[in-house]
Amino acid sequence: MNLRANSARMKGDPRILRSGRGSLGAADRLGRALGWFSIGLGLVQLLAPRQMTRSLGMQGQEGLVRAYGAREVASGVLSLSVDRSMGLQSRLLGDAADVAMLLAALRRDNPKRDNVMLALAMVAGVTVLDVVASQALKARHGRERAQPVPRSVTPHRGDRSGFPQGLARARGAARDFVVPPDFRSSPRPV
Amino acid sequence: MRALVWHGKEDIRCDTVSDPTIEDPRDAIIKVTACAICGSDLHLFHNLIPAMKPGDIMGHETMGEVVEVGSAAQGALKKGDRIVVPFTINCGSCEQCRRGNFSVCETTNRNKEMADKVFGHAGAGLFGYSALTGAYPGGQAEYLRVPFADQTHIKVPDGLTDEQVLFLSDILPTGWQAAVACDIEPEDTVAIWGCGPVGQMAIRSAVLLGAKQVIAIDRLPERLGMAAAGGAITLNFEEDNVIERLNELTGGKGPQKCIDAVGLESHVSLAQPDTLLDRAKQVVMLENDRPHVLREMIYVCRPAGILSIPGVYSGLIDKVPMGLIMNKGLTIRTGQTHVKRWTDDLLRRIQEGQIDPSFVITHSVGLQDGPEMYNVFRNKQDGCIKVVLKP
Repeated sequence: MNLRANSARMKGDPRILRSGRGSLGAADRLGRALGWFSIGLGLVQLLAPRQMTRSLGMQGQEGLVRAYGAREVASGVLSLSVDRSMGLQSRLLGDAADVAMLLAALRRDNPKRDNVMLALAMVAGVTVLDVVASQALKARHGRERAQPVPRSVTPHRGDRSGFPQGLARARGAARDFVVPPDFRSSPRPV
Repeated sequence: MRALVWHGKEDIRCDTVSDPTIEDPRDAIIKVTACAICGSDLHLFHNLIPAMKPGDIMGHETMGEVVEVGSAAQGALKKGDRIVVPFTINCGSCEQCRRGNFSVCETTNRNKEMADKVFGHAGAGLFGYSALTGAYPGGQAEYLRVPFADQTHIKVPDGLTDEQVLFLSDILPTGWQAAVACDIEPEDTVAIWGCGPVGQMAIRSAVLLGAKQVIAIDRLPERLGMAAAGGAITLNFEEDNVIERLNELTGGKGPQKCIDAVGLESHVSLAQPDTLLDRAKQVVMLENDRPHVLREMIYVCRPAGILSIPGVYSGLIDKVPMGLIMNKGLTIRTGQTHVKRWTDDLLRRIQEGQIDPSFVITHSVGLQDGPEMYNVFRNKQDGCIKVVLKP
């Protein structure tokens, strides 16, 4: 990775010697991985719905599988975006929809019942990952941050007005400023 | 040296990189004593600005001590000088620089050919802001090479702290230029969308320039509180109807002057359905920017008023009512900041105690904590409004 980054540098510009601490946390990486998984699964559902319905004994439901595929791709794209938490939440809703569809296929007369059971177990496993990632992202990126914030080396003095001489003296204090001709717009009222 | 390096979307790392060296006689090298994370760095963090490459060093709000000077810059600088580095790199001699339009300097963009193709005509080189603005390594680092250093610097007089002058690099002149672009008159109401660092500076600038009333619009209590401390009437757009309140506060006529200090990443919420559509389009790359604030200020601005846009936009926007702009006779002023055009005057005002820009700092941490502070700043955690990094 650094080799690629360094090869793109202009002559004389600093090159990476060693990579250090980064802004991406484990929760972000898990969320992204689930996003890519979502896109992969969604593409399979969109492009090969017949194979999927056949393996689950759900022949005739190809349209539904395609719709689920489109939903998976949308969730995946959202999970890879900066709105990752929303993407994970949409994945959780999708997990519930997947379980509902598979439970409907878990009929006694379904010759592929074993495959449906296996699929249900896989959905359950992925749901656990979705819940873990969703909670971890909330703790890391929610406005009420659960993790400690790096400590300030120089605490601020407290006055937030920005006007050392007070607000009253500040009002109009820069009226001596001459607006340059190219920044003038409004003719003065006569 | 250590530097904050962009590796991809939301992936900034505190890496060890090779030290910069003098490459041109007009260069200088500074040892960075303070730098800051800018709101516009978040657009890079989110990979919304094209042409960032893994390995790019972040940062365009920087100051430090000169440690090496190229032969052609020695008349202007010497070792030991304390300087603030304007984020717009300027040559000082091209036609645009001679007019004071430093942010569109014709000389300093190292990737002029590429930028000409994208923009029609290239702007100036900027520090740490993608290949389109010259691919210059940024200043969130221990050392920085300052190109065209004989022109691209603001000397710091004795007696001023780093915190008092650091923001001459960007947000103070940016807020000031936004207010100056409004050509404020004593009877004017100036409405400012966004109470981030640039919005805060625009509020103070509008107050200093003598606006009758300054109205600040945001949703975060800490930002609205800081805006009120600076003399603004505040509107929380999650609680107030912005259009109705602005009309109420201006006798039904709307504000004469409107400033967009939000830019391309306006807040997305169910209460503003257009923002949902914009976000969806942005995710699938049908639109670059979310222009909700532009739409709102075009609608509410008084006819013959001025729209001043310091907020960063990157490319294409949809559903912006050009018909309203035309029929209401609105003037639009925008652009990157011509930093050096304003800094002599602003430095004097800091020295005279008219303004102290350090009010905006909420967090001051070591460079190694920079990557995590990108998250804290982006997520608006811990009351974070402005992060200063001390390498």
